[in-house]
Amino acid sequence: MANGEVLLKITDMSKEFPGVKALDKIHLTINKGEVHCVLGENGAGKSTLMKCIIGMYQPSGGEIWFDGQVFQDNSILKSIERGISMIHQELTPVRERSIMENIWLGREPKNALGLVNHKKMATMTTEVLDRIGLSVDPTMQIKKLTVAKMQMVEIAKAISYDAKLIIMDEPTSSLTDKEKAQLFKIIRQLKAEGRSVVFISHKLEEIKEICDRITVFRDGQYVTDRDVADTTTDDMIRFMVGRALDELYPKETVELGEVVLEVEKLSDGKVFDNVSFVLRRGEILGFAGLVGAGRSEVMETLFGVRHKVKGKIYLNNKEIENKSAKDAIRNGFAFLTEDRRKTGLFPMLSVSDNILSGSIKDYANKIGLLKVKNMKQDSDAYIKKLTVKTPSGETRIMNLSGGNQQKSLIAKWLLTDPDILILDEPTRGIDVGAKSEIHRNISKLAAEGKCILMVSSDMPEVLGMSDRIVVMHEGKVTGILDNADVSQELVLAYASEEKNDFKGIAKE
Amino acid sequence: MKVIEKMKSRGIKELLSDYLIMIVLVIMIVGLSLMNSNFLVLNNILNLLTQSAIFGILALGIFVVLVSKGIDLSVGSTLAFAGIVAGIISQSPDAVDRVFPNLGMPPLIVTAIVAILVGALIGFINGALVAYTSIPPFIATLGSQIAFRGAALMVSQGRPISNINPSINMFGERIFGYIPMPVVIYAICVFFIWVLMNFTTFGKSVYAIGGNVEAAEISGIKVKRALVWVYVIPGVFAAISALIFIGRTGGSIQPAAGTMFETTAIAAATIGGTSHGGGVGKVWGVVVGALILGTLTNGFTLLGIDAYVQQIVQGMIIVGAVVIDMQKNRKR
Repeated sequence: MANGEVLLKITDMSKEFPGVKALDKIHLTINKGEVHCVLGENGAGKSTLMKCIIGMYQPSGGEIWFDGQVFQDNSILKSIERGISMIHQELTPVRERSIMENIWLGREPKNALGLVNHKKMATMTTEVLDRIGLSVDPTMQIKKLTVAKMQMVEIAKAISYDAKLIIMDEPTSSLTDKEKAQLFKIIRQLKAEGRSVVFISHKLEEIKEICDRITVFRDGQYVTDRDVADTTTDDMIRFMVGRALDELYPKETVELGEVVLEVEKLSDGKVFDNVSFVLRRGEILGFAGLVGAGRSEVMETLFGVRHKVKGKIYLNNKEIENKSAKDAIRNGFAFLTEDRRKTGLFPMLSVSDNILSGSIKDYANKIGLLKVKNMKQDSDAYIKKLTVKTPSGETRIMNLSGGNQQKSLIAKWLLTDPDILILDEPTRGIDVGAKSEIHRNISKLAAEGKCILMVSSDMPEVLGMSDRIVVMHEGKVTGILDNADVSQELVLAYASEEKNDFKGIAKE
Repeated sequence: MKVIEKMKSRGIKELLSDYLIMIVLVIMIVGLSLMNSNFLVLNNILNLLTQSAIFGILALGIFVVLVSKGIDLSVGSTLAFAGIVAGIISQSPDAVDRVFPNLGMPPLIVTAIVAILVGALIGFINGALVAYTSIPPFIATLGSQIAFRGAALMVSQGRPISNINPSINMFGERIFGYIPMPVVIYAICVFFIWVLMNFTTFGKSVYAIGGNVEAAEISGIKVKRALVWVYVIPGVFAAISALIFIGRTGGSIQPAAGTMFETTAIAAATIGGTSHGGGVGKVWGVVVGALILGTLTNGFTLLGIDAYVQQIVQGMIIVGAVVIDMQKNRKR
């Protein structure tokens, strides 16, 4: 099977974004007929690397050799023609159209008149679906398929392009065990046909099961590549984490006060279940876990924007219900959301309008007009306090850098004078300088007596900033750790459910 | 002073693009004055403003809806229906007597209030549909456009309503022989919307909803409730326009009144730089947009240019204005 012939070779590839070096002279070699795992924490540069391979990004340096040829002016179209297909974690089929129209989109078989030949398209689809053992009606709307089957259709599509390299980005994240077994069967078959697969996953046992070789990345840098057979899961974790915590995190020691928030057996009926924890005055409570562990969903429920099915929330020993964001704000909650662009910013509005958007009501005078002068004073004060770099408060926020946008949003929530600050990925996609400024601000807020819930996939951030760490795995809390004696390895072990302090308790 | 400050901080080029439509209007006015000595005459200008008032007021309502990332296609029908209903209850005594023998003629204020209530109700229906059923605003207000046109025809039995209380003519006439009442009403509406959109919680919320509805929700804004009010505004403004309309036609209104007015109003708001993508737009822009369209009609008529040609030019201006706007926003 693995005949040792090189299919893809990447040397010294770099990719820079304004202010961030996402990839730093990395290497990757993939042989023909091999399942190759690309491993790394969130933010290690895996996605950037894949996007460079499929031509979505142009690397700023280095070379890609594929099938004996060097890539020049790569583009999505060209990489497909060369035989590279990617199955994205978030599948994006044209939901309303049929399976066959999705597979042959843009290259539909034509008849003599140049019109689409639907009959031929159906036969061709059946043929290619047969090869992966999927028997469905090719004319069925794709939205009627399960996620697993959609994924199989995507694989069929890749085969229909005669792809030599198929990249699968966390393909098992939403599959059942049975579906996973089916997927692995297909992967083995692809391998037998001499195709190569890049397999991206956080689930270490899966990697042991299906992959031949592994390349590890950390912070945009190449760490190692080796045979999976010679690598233990402990090794993998060590390679992934691999560095001592530096002093980037200026956490002040704060004397913790009384319990302010108590969450008891919270559940949204879908993503997470039975989540309990307490939060003390002045505490930074970190939430660690892999993508999809349900941490953001817990926060959304606390803030009243996601429906609560079960559980109780106590604020200063009194039970409260946050039915909407408005309730939550009134109860002293603030929520810096995970996706700045989607749920945080008003991109077309000015910096100052963004900063004021959480507390406009407080500026209305008796007859309902806004006190413009006070508004300007306060927004200017917070621009200064959080060192937001902007030409003026009137600048549209879309013209600011990610770090300054984030600082503006923190300012917005501070202006609502919250007691409990929920920060979901507070420094995602932000350059190092702004990052440490934001950390300093968070630390200062805790010292001032604010209570902070901080969701972060940035492991050093969680370890560097938190007083205690709640670790979640697939919607359940697996551990609540005191940050005195915690290593990244330990957190990752909880996050992948190798350890679970609540195993018996979770099943009631 | 303020302009100079702005010029320093933002550069002349950006300033030009911000005030481009103002410059276009000035060029049009200067050009028309040079081409026809009858243009820049007080009486003609007053006429121009009077003619722009109805569209201008409708455009203000539409502006608010556009900022919320919606649209309102029903204002023309609302104008007709509100006008007809208010007209029917305000016909001259003998006309009313046949239906309500002892009512007599209601005072003008009753007519006005009835019209405004009808307009508000239609707006409320639009708003409730958009906010609580989450059907697209285009569809919701298209339905209202057709249904309330039908309602206007039904209530009037397809005939014009005339002999309306003569005191309503004041809404179309000039006070003291000089100041046109429509322009006064228009000015009040402009001021109202300017204050509402820039200096109230509601106005800020509308910009936020149009800019990013999810972020607005997270910010604690009651999005649905605000959206209902957003649609009440054009409804009320359509009713106000109906009163002016009746006043200008000497006390009558027909059920087909206001047909296609919504397109002109949407055009005015769009030329004025209100983005259909939501969250962007300035009140003064909408006023200038309405004036550009008014000047175009007035000037072309003075120059003796065919009404059909006017329409072609109008269409081109709308598209051109949006193209320029898109490019402006893309660059940043």
